[in-house]
Formats: sequence, C-alpha cells, structure tokens
Amino acid sequence: MLWTLILIPLVTAGLVPLVAKRSVWKLAMLGTLLSLAFTAYLLVGHAWFDPRHSEAGHLASTLEWSGLPGMGLKLSLGIDGVSLLLVSLTALLGPLCVAGSVSAITTRVRTYYGWLLVLQGAMTGVFLARDAVLFYIFFEFTLVPMFVLISLYGSTNRKHAAVKFFLYTFAGSVITLAGVVFVAYQNAKATGEWSFKLSELIAAGQAMPAAMQSWVFAALMLGFAIKVPLFPLHTWLPLAHTEAPTAGSVILAGVLLKLGTYGIFAIVLPMVPQAAVTHAPLMATLAIIGIVYGGLICWVQEDIKKLVAYSSVAHLGFCILGMFSFNAAGLQGSVLYMINHGLSTGALFLLIGMMYERYHTRDLKQIGGLARRMPVWATFMVFFSMASVGLPGLNGFVSEFLCVMGAFQAGDAWRVGGEVGGAGAGLGPWYAAVAGTGMIIAAIYMLSMVGRGVWGALREPPGHGHSHGHSHGQEAGHGGGQGGHSAGGHAAAGAGVGGGDVEPGHLPPDLTGREIGVLMPLAVLCLVLGVYPKPAMDMITPVVKQRVEQMESAQSRRGTPAVAGTVGADTEAAR
Amino acid sequence: MIEKLASLWPEITLFAAACVVMIAGLSKSAAVRRLCSPLAGLALVVAGLLAWHGTPEAATPLKHLPMYGKVLTCGMGLLMLLVLAGTVDRGYEAAVARGAKFDPLRSNRAEFYAFFLFSLTGVMLCAGADDLVWLFLALELTSLPTYVMVAISSRRDGALESAVKYFFLGALGAAIFLYGFALIYGGTGTTNLAEVREVFLSKGINGLAMAGLLLSIVGICFKIAAVPMHFYTPDVYQGASASMAAFLAFTPKAAGFFSLMILLAAVGWGQVGSQGLPSPIYEVLWIIAVLTMTVGNTLAIRQRSIKRILAYSSIAHSGYMLVGLIAGPGLVEMVAPAAGGVQNGGFAANGLAAVLFYLMAYGVMNLGAFSVLAMLERREPGATDEEAARELDDVDELRGLCLSRPPMAGWIMVLSAMSLLGFPPLLGFFAKLPLFTSGISAGQVSLVIILGLNSAIAAFYYLRLAAYPLLEAPDLTGKAGQVRPVGIPARTLAGVASAVGVIALAAYSLAPIAERGARFESPAVMAKPAPKPAAAESTRPATTAPTATTAATADAGAALAQ
Repeated sequence: MLWTLILIPLVTAGLVPLVAKRSVWKLAMLGTLLSLAFTAYLLVGHAWFDPRHSEAGHLASTLEWSGLPGMGLKLSLGIDGVSLLLVSLTALLGPLCVAGSVSAITTRVRTYYGWLLVLQGAMTGVFLARDAVLFYIFFEFTLVPMFVLISLYGSTNRKHAAVKFFLYTFAGSVITLAGVVFVAYQNAKATGEWSFKLSELIAAGQAMPAAMQSWVFAALMLGFAIKVPLFPLHTWLPLAHTEAPTAGSVILAGVLLKLGTYGIFAIVLPMVPQAAVTHAPLMATLAIIGIVYGGLICWVQEDIKKLVAYSSVAHLGFCILGMFSFNAAGLQGSVLYMINHGLSTGALFLLIGMMYERYHTRDLKQIGGLARRMPVWATFMVFFSMASVGLPGLNGFVSEFLCVMGAFQAGDAWRVGGEVGGAGAGLGPWYAAVAGTGMIIAAIYMLSMVGRGVWGALREPPGHGHSHGHSHGQEAGHGGGQGGHSAGGHAAAGAGVGGGDVEPGHLPPDLTGREIGVLMPLAVLCLVLGVYPKPAMDMITPVVKQRVEQMESAQSRRGTPAVAGTVGADTEAAR
Repeated sequence: MIEKLASLWPEITLFAAACVVMIAGLSKSAAVRRLCSPLAGLALVVAGLLAWHGTPEAATPLKHLPMYGKVLTCGMGLLMLLVLAGTVDRGYEAAVARGAKFDPLRSNRAEFYAFFLFSLTGVMLCAGADDLVWLFLALELTSLPTYVMVAISSRRDGALESAVKYFFLGALGAAIFLYGFALIYGGTGTTNLAEVREVFLSKGINGLAMAGLLLSIVGICFKIAAVPMHFYTPDVYQGASASMAAFLAFTPKAAGFFSLMILLAAVGWGQVGSQGLPSPIYEVLWIIAVLTMTVGNTLAIRQRSIKRILAYSSIAHSGYMLVGLIAGPGLVEMVAPAAGGVQNGGFAANGLAAVLFYLMAYGVMNLGAFSVLAMLERREPGATDEEAARELDDVDELRGLCLSRPPMAGWIMVLSAMSLLGFPPLLGFFAKLPLFTSGISAGQVSLVIILGLNSAIAAFYYLRLAAYPLLEAPDLTGKAGQVRPVGIPARTLAGVASAVGVIALAAYSLAPIAERGARFESPAVMAKPAPKPAAAESTRPATTAPTATTAATADAGAALAQ
C-alpha cells in the first residue's frame, strides 16, 4: 500500500518519454495529483490522533529481498503521524511545482518533468523507509534529480551550485552511512544477525555506552546537519537555492531540507538519546548562531531569492533548537516548523519565481514598489512574508513560539514538577532569549524587503516594458550564461516603462489565474494551520510523546532526575 | 601433483584453446580466422562450467577461492572478449577483403586472442596457487601476454610507448615480489604455502620471512595498481586502446588480489580477536590502502582524459578493496567446540567476501565505462580514411551523448560512472556496503571513515563523467570532428550487458558465491598435517556436493596423469 505512494510518481516518470512535449506537464500534473489524492485518502482514512495508529510501523509493509545474503536488508516501509504530515507536504508541493513551472520551463521539458517526478518519489520514500539502508538509498537518490534540475534549469552560476550541493550532501551522508553501519554492527554483535531495520538499530543504539553514542551521534549528525543545514555547514544552501529553478527552490526549501530534520527526529534522537542530551547545548548554540547570523545576512541582501534562501538557514535554526529541547513543546514546534516552513518559504520562492519571469531580475536595487504594478502578487507577497516572520494568527507563529518555548523550558531551573515535559536538555531562558532576537531580526529583514520590493515608488529595470516580445521561457536554456537576461539585457525590447500593453501569449503584468491557483492552497493552509493547528498537532502528538519518553529515559540513565511530562498541557498552552 | 591436476581442467581447457586459436588465426581462409574469438568464447564457457563443478582443493585455507576465481575470470573474460572484438586487424582484414594478399606476419589476430586466453589462464592459476613458485609463474603468465597485447592493441605510437613502460615497470614489480618469495623460502625453508603457514603458526614469523612477505606485498601492488607501484597506470591505459585498457583494469588486478589473499592466508587471520595479521604487515597494508585510495582519487580530479580518470579511479578502487583485505575473514569464536572452534563471520562480516564481490562489481561497472570509449570514435572533419578515426579521450567529447542518436552510449556511461561512485541503488553501492560492514566488524572504523571520505572525493570526477553525457549540450558545430559509433556490435553488446548488470546485479547479486569463495578454513583444521580430501569433503557437504561431472573430471585427470 505504501509502495503505491512511491511508485505513482516513479511510474509516471517512466511514462514521460512516451508523451508529446506539449502535454508532458499535463502528465506530470496527473501523476502528482494522483499522489496527492492517495495521500489525502491516507490522511482522512485513519484516525491519526489514535496512538495505536500513529505508532511507527503502522501500515507497515515489508518485502523480503535477497540481494545481499546475511546482510538483513529488507524493503520495509512504515508510516506514523510525523512522516505522514511530511509526505502530505511533499504530495501537496508536487502539483504546485508542476503548475508553477509550465511557463518557465520551455526547453528539455521531458527531462525536467521526468526528474521532478523521480524526485517526488524519492522524497516520499525517505519519509516512509523503515530500513536504514533503504532510507539511505532514497536519501541519496534525491541528489540526482536535484542535481539535474539545478544544473540544467538554474540561473547563471548553476553548475557550480549543483556540484557544490551534490558534493556537500554526498560527503556528509557517506559518513552517516558509516555511523549507521556501526550501529548495525553493534546490533549484529548483540543478536548474532545483521539487520538494518530501524527499530532494531534504535534499540541497539540506545544500548550503547555513552562515549560510543557520542561518536555515532557525530557521524549521523554530519550528514543530517549538512542537509538541514546547521550553521557552519550551510554554505551550499544559499547558492543552490539562488541558482535553482523556481520549482527546484520550492522543493529544496519545502521538502529536501526536511529530510535532514526528519532524519534527526526519526533516527538520531531515538538511536543515540544519551549523546543527543549531552550535546544538546552545542547543537542549540549552533542553531542559534544560525538564527542570528542567517538573519543578519538576510538584512543586507539585495537579491530577494538569496534573502529568502538565507532566511531558511535562520528558520531551520529554530527547528533544530526546538528539536534539541527534547520536551513536548519543542518537539511539536519543531515538527510543525518543518511543515510551516515548507508552506511559507515554498510560497515565497514561487512568488519570486513569478516576479522573475516578468522582470528577469531579482535585484532589490532595480525593482520596487511592485504593488502598483502587481497588486495581487503584492498581496500574496505580504501575506507569506508575514507567515514567514511569524505573525500571530498565521502558521509561522505557532511553531516558532513552541520552539522558543521549548528551549526556554528545557533549562533545569524551569522544570516545574509534573508540569513541563522534557528531559532537561540543559538549555534555558538564555537560549530562548537569544533565539528570540532572531525573531526580531526576521521581522526587520522581511519587512524591509517587503517595504522596498512591494511598497514605495515603482522601480522597474531600465528598459523593461511589458511589451517585450521574446524569450520569456528562455531562462531555462542550457546554452550559456543567463547574464544577458538580467537588467540590461532587455534594452532591445523597447523603452516605455509605463507601457502596460500586453502582447497576446505573454504574461500579463499581474498574476494569472493559474498562478493564483498555485498560491491559493498554500495561503489557505498557512491561515488554517495558524488559527487551528489542532488536527496537525493531534497527528504528531503520539509520536512526540514517544520521543519525549525516550529522551527522558536516556536522561535518567545519565543519572539526572527526570520529570515525567504531560504532552497535553503543552498542546493546550500552544493555543 | 596428480590430484592437483584434477582441479586444473579449466586452465587446461583455456590453454588448449589458446593453442588452437594461435594456429587458426594464421589460416589463409578468412572464415577460419574469424573463428578465433568464437573459439575463445566457447573455451571460456566450457572452462567456467568446469570450474563451477570442480572439486575444491583441500590444502589451502581458502578452499573455495579457486572455484570463485575461475568462474569470475570466465564470466568477466566473456565480457572482455566482447569489448576486445575488433581491436586488432580491423583495418587489415578490411584490406584483405578488398583483395590484398593475406600475410600472416602482418596479422596480429592469432597472437592477440591466444595471449588473451593465456593471460586469463594465469589469473585462474593464481586463484588456485598453493606454492610460491606456482604463484610467481601464474602471476607472470597473467602479465607477460598483456605487455604484448598492449603493444599491438593500437596502431598509434602511444601503444608501443606504453607497452615498453608497462613491461619494464612490470619486470621491476615481478623482481620485487620474486625476491620477496625467495626470502620467504629462506625464512621458512619451504615454498609450499600450507607448509609455510604451519611454520608460521608453530615457530612464528622470523625477520627474513617478514621482509620477504613485505616485499611480496609491495611487488604485488604493481598488479593491483596500488601505491607505491601505481605510477604506470594512467600512462599505460592512455596509450593502449580503450578495449585493452578495460582488460588491463580487471585482469592483473584480479590476479593480484587472489595472490594477496592466498599469501596473507598463509600468514595470519587464524587467531580470533586479534587484528588477524601480524603487525608490520597490517601496518604496511593499512598505509598502502589509505594512500592508494587518496592518491588515486585526488589525482583523478584534475584529469581531462577519460582514460586517465578511469586509471586513477582504478587505483582508488584497489585501495577500497584493500580495506576488505585488512578486515580479513572476520572469524568469530564458536561456543560449541564441535564446530571446529572458529567460524566465518558471514557475508556482512567477511572482508574477503567483500573483496571478491567488489572485484566482480568493479569488473562489470568499469567495463561499462571503458566500453563506451571503445564503441565510439571521433572522425576529424572532412576525413574519410579509416586511420583518421581515433578514440574518445577528452571528457568534453562525452558532451551530450545521451542526447545524440543512439543515446545508449551516454546512458551506459552515466550508469557506470554513478555505479563506480557507489551511488545507491546501483551495483557499486551494494559492493561498497560489505566493505563498510566488514571493515567496521573488524574494528577498522577509521579506515572505513577514510573510505567514505574518499568516495566523496571521487564524486568530483565521477559526477563529471555522468553529467557531461547527461546534461551538457552536444557539440553540433562539428568543428572538432564528429563522435559516432565505431560499428562493432559486440562492443555495444558488452556495454549494454554491463549496464544491465549494474542495475540487475544490484537487485539480485552473486554475493552468495563470493561469500562461499571467501570461506576461511579454521586454523584447527589447518594445523592438522595434510587432511585427507575426503575428510574435508564431509565437513562441508552442503557447499560442494560431488556430482557426476566432478567425479568424471577427477577420473579423467587421474587417467591423464597415468
């Protein structure tokens, strides 16, 4: 059953070469919509708030596979509330990405949509895999489609960005594999049989002595922290984000980064809880550095896309901070943040892509006051910026607040008996306070970006007129540099800054119905998750509760007194 | 000696076929000459079947290694035979067909195919060696024909140059390990490896023998293209034709690894719980492995020539395999003494199985990469002459191969390069995974980390090999000449077969056979003086059920000996 979810996009990708070029996007749309429908069926078909349903391994399907003997490799899938949410996010972004690419991608469309679908299948596979090697296979396999998408359809510096992206992630994840194999060896030594089943590895990992756990923690975290990305390892991300085509950026920000946080949540924390508790202050510090440093860099960006890219570094910092608080509030906030960041940042990238298709520049020095030209676009831009900043009432607020609150409560001094769940990660008010400045910085950079780009006097690139009659889709070309398309490249298209007349077949000044249709679902979800996050909370609560218990028992094994926590209290507090 | 002969039927088959091919290739009739390569293929099939059903030799600790080695050699031999099609005499045969008189002195076909078979015979003999003299002769039988094959593989001057370089450095390597073998003899008083092992087990390894062992290892490093004997690799690969380079990347490497395993089995691995190898050997191997991986990968990054990239990658892969060798068979102590006290660690923990499996995987995926070079040629603009065509060499010439017609070559390159990188879910990944598991089982965590980092470095250049055909636009101006199929279907077939293998073998691999080949007999059995073959049979009835064929071959062998 779960295999269907992975196979739908993959099979559709296999059909791509058979379809005429013009209608490839329709096929891709069909495939992604099918996945979405299937996911929706999973979503409504089960009572996910019921802990029995939300346990890891629910709906599990395991295929025996005799590839390597004595290795215990199995094709096993399973799903719980957290992975289902992330799968839903993936499935939702799929059709949106296809719809958002129709006018932007005009060359090698088969390659584009084919790899997009493969990427979708691989990402879904990561969230569903319950075998470490299978997880690794999917995790790695997301690299190839993304590499192709960036290096074929990206902007000027795309090849460099693609290679950097690939090498960074590949190098990290090989070390992660070594860590996993080490745990598998410990398991084999204990049980006499090799197995890569995640549940067994988690048990084996927990049984390891603390020092050994620390090494495994380092190995596992290296791969995931690069993917997230955590502060000193983040340098690939702005480049890849900026150079990727719109759909690529959306998927990168929306789902691929979540592979890292999901890996930490589903593998690192349960497998080496003691080491995670020991190193939580370090991880939280790195996360906070990422929050503040990423925010400050955003402040000075002139390139809107780069700004949003760096804002991802800051946002994922919150996610990691919440994760390493180990209490219910922090973990819930962290998981919700994965979803919310995917929605709001994905939407921002879509908006920037739509603007770029019209102006061929993302430079804040050249464009501004676009509310006059594109009121609908501006509305969405402001809306999603607010969601991203964390305006109360929109989705960002809920998760950001929970993450910071989790960090605040994770200090030893603040654990009031019986009230606050959590293992006492050794964080505390100071962590929360410094992270809180990140929220202010976020408001500064987002608002100044919106202020310059959306409001104020209208600024358009010199020589830009809406009557430019050529090459809208050519930014995806693979012939050479795209420099010519920015700024001065359109001088030949005629002057007439206030032109306003639209040639048939080209993009109108403001958003088309298709584009609004792409943005609308995201906007609705942002609003719904901001006002009424209960359904999503209910889905993740059982998993989070299980995780909190694991962390607490690890904490008690370290000798520090642990306090039993109640998850419900925090859920209430969040609202 | 006579019972030994019974296990040599595969080698005898190949040898006989080589003699027949050498005569047939000189025939005046073109039809008979054309039989050379089918004959070689037939011989390989027969030899492979004979090896599959052969009796295991009891005298060596790695009892099943000969079976695996011979079957692997035959299988890879068939693939390599396909790639090697048309390497020699292509232009000359065309001239003869146009009416020129056939001159046996100008034809190279007979030597080429005969030497091909001789070389593979050498690999097989390596896998079954139980004596130092035997081992030396087998190693040289593997290498000597390749020197000549390199020289005649291409009409260009580079082939001669690289053949000479290969020959002299090969002779140096041979001298080093021969000297090592001599010192081992000096230190132990015997050349029989089983006896050497007994001496080592009972009296320890004295200084002379240790020096001999170290020299032998360093000398054999030439065969597997490992540091410090790796310098020849890029030059020789570049000078030889692509098809020949594919042959060179596998054949001596296989022979070298079989020899190292046999040699090291005589030295250590017997004790449970220790590193398995005596400390100087362990340290030297460790350093060689790390240097080999790192040197190979880092030097490959800056290369523009595809053959040089693949040559350095060949060096790096030897380093990977050395990790498995260092990990050893992963013996574990059995609680029940009835089982012989010691048992192999299973596929996941047995480093030797990992090496044997990796050897197969490397052979297949590397052949895929080379076959792309062999199945394409570049014509200079405006040239119509046969001689104007030359092989692809620069990575730029791979641009857009997946977009050209037919796109097959490009996709074979993409799959092979990604598999060589060890990218899941291709064969290379499933071959590297056992190296990881066995290395970590043997406590070699740092070595495994270095292996992992090296895989990441390797991504630099494999990514280029995969991205250029897949993503770059083809050069349509035709200014630098035109890349087109060379028109030898066999080579395309080999490429397709290896590309299919890269995917299919990953799904259902031959790893069980590798595991069987790498089984290490426990020292308790080894310590007993000359166990009877029948007794050895009865201990492992499941693996080698004696069939009618084996009985027949044994009888025939005995008859032949009389």
